[in-house]
Amino acid sequence: MKDILESKTKLVGLILAFLILVVLPPFITSYWVTLLTQMLIFGILAMSLDILLGYSGMPSFGHAGFFGASAYVVAILSTRYKVGFFLCSVTGIVLAIGISAVFGLLVAHTKGVYFLMITLALGMVLWGLAFRWVSMTGGDNGISGIPRPDIGLPISMTDPITFYYVTLVFFTACLLLMAIFVRSPFGHSLRGIRESESRMRILGYHTWLHRYLSYLAAGAFGSISGIFWAYYNGFVSPQDLELTASFELFLMVILGGPGTLIGPALGAGIIVFLKNFISAYTQRWLLILGGIYILTILYAPRGFVNLIGDLTRGRQKTDKAEEVS
Amino acid sequence: MEFYLIQTMNGLSFGALLFLLSSGLSLIFGVMKIVNISHGSYYMLGAYIGLSVITRTQSFILGVFVAALIIAAIGLGMERIFLRRFPLQDLPQMMLTMGFALIFRDLALLIWGGDPFSLPAPAFLKGSMNLLGIVFPIYRLFVILVAAAVAILLWLFNEKTLVGAKLRAAVDDHEMAGGVGINVPMTSGLMFALGAFLAAFGGVMSGPIFGVYPGADFEFLPLAFVVTIVGGMGSLKGAAVGSVMVGLIDNFGKALVPELSYFTLFAPMAIVLAIKPTGLFGRG
Repeated sequence: MKDILESKTKLVGLILAFLILVVLPPFITSYWVTLLTQMLIFGILAMSLDILLGYSGMPSFGHAGFFGASAYVVAILSTRYKVGFFLCSVTGIVLAIGISAVFGLLVAHTKGVYFLMITLALGMVLWGLAFRWVSMTGGDNGISGIPRPDIGLPISMTDPITFYYVTLVFFTACLLLMAIFVRSPFGHSLRGIRESESRMRILGYHTWLHRYLSYLAAGAFGSISGIFWAYYNGFVSPQDLELTASFELFLMVILGGPGTLIGPALGAGIIVFLKNFISAYTQRWLLILGGIYILTILYAPRGFVNLIGDLTRGRQKTDKAEEVS
Repeated sequence: MEFYLIQTMNGLSFGALLFLLSSGLSLIFGVMKIVNISHGSYYMLGAYIGLSVITRTQSFILGVFVAALIIAAIGLGMERIFLRRFPLQDLPQMMLTMGFALIFRDLALLIWGGDPFSLPAPAFLKGSMNLLGIVFPIYRLFVILVAAAVAILLWLFNEKTLVGAKLRAAVDDHEMAGGVGINVPMTSGLMFALGAFLAAFGGVMSGPIFGVYPGADFEFLPLAFVVTIVGGMGSLKGAAVGSVMVGLIDNFGKALVPELSYFTLFAPMAIVLAIKPTGLFGRG
């Protein structure tokens, strides 16, 4: 009964949040609209990492690499070859899936610390390409002047509000697809593998293939976020796939609550907001980011979404204890 | 021919520095089963502190040891105050070290600014010598010798001393080691401090060759990771062999295909992982 109540309040909360995201933008300044857009873009990315970190127990430290790869595809194709939105997006996603298919072969059978180290090194390999392959990527200067896309609708994407709504549509589509993915029998077996791989293998599951496909799916969703980032920002640089970017991303998931899709989206919102808000006052963003990291691990290791649940559940327990006494 | 000889020596001296960095990483992993993300930060901070000491005292040796001891103290503090709260929980521990890595990076930027610095080599090691008809900087040879000496000392420590035996016992089986009276938490703290010491030591040693600059932390950390992935986690021999391999490959990559230089590390990693997922000498 309590579970049903809890899931009902969750659903109401979700619908309310969604309504706010739909209704609010025309009434706020364009600064806030662009900030919200950025939150949604990183929300997609954080949710895609959560498929790995939260659902499959695969702590990837190179996830910004997929984001960066598709962002670079968009940047290169749209500035140098004037390729349109759809072809850019498809190429970006295909490339990201291709990269994750190759990387996946190396990482899918590794676990825990090994997985983490190898993904970090692979992420840095991609960073190295972006940084040093100057003729292709522009090196440290990055690629600027990415035009806002023409998506074939009679609306202009240069308007922040239009861009916001298109992002919101894709965000919602990604959220639903990922929700279906993690709730599917496949998603459940991923969680099974996370908890006990040997048991799942005895039950006849092809655990390696599950992890491999999970890695592919995360890479594909991550690349969608990269496409929007390139168009949103109009500029890509090696910074987008630096180690700090992967760390920031990791914190979004941990802060929000791994193993829930909404949590990481919320975490992304918080981090993006703080980053923009704090940058207006001080240059010390990394210091604050590191501080938030440590505080999160010490005081809310299961993230915001679960923290609220933990606190209320804790209270219920004490309530019950009082009743007994 | 001359080109290849020079590049080989450069690669070896780079490998020597990588060994100082990754042997500490490997030691820490061996006892605590965690990957210390702030290891690259120790390396960078060590070089910065060394720089400050050397410019004030003009003594390179003092710079090396002051920096290494300060960083060792910082490492010990991190382990005692923070990491110990999460015994044998690798993910929370690693995320703590990640938070520290971000803080260290920003503090270094705050204290030493954004300009790159070059550390002066000690006077008696300046200049170059003629080796088989090739002119080679003495300092680079010195770095190779120092790293070799450190490798031998670590091996002796690990294999021939009582503390080393206790350490190996703790690596093999935490609970049993604790059961027979070995103070495992104390060993962990000591190893963490030693690893930090080695990283900072390597940082100062690399100063006259590579200098020190913002971002050095996250540039060297992945290289140390590749070394450990190739060589095998928790193995000193692996760290040594991996360092030489990665040093050579990275150096030749930079010299021959500068545009893809970082990418050249991908190949050895992929091959080793395909053949032996736990690395060449890893016991996995």
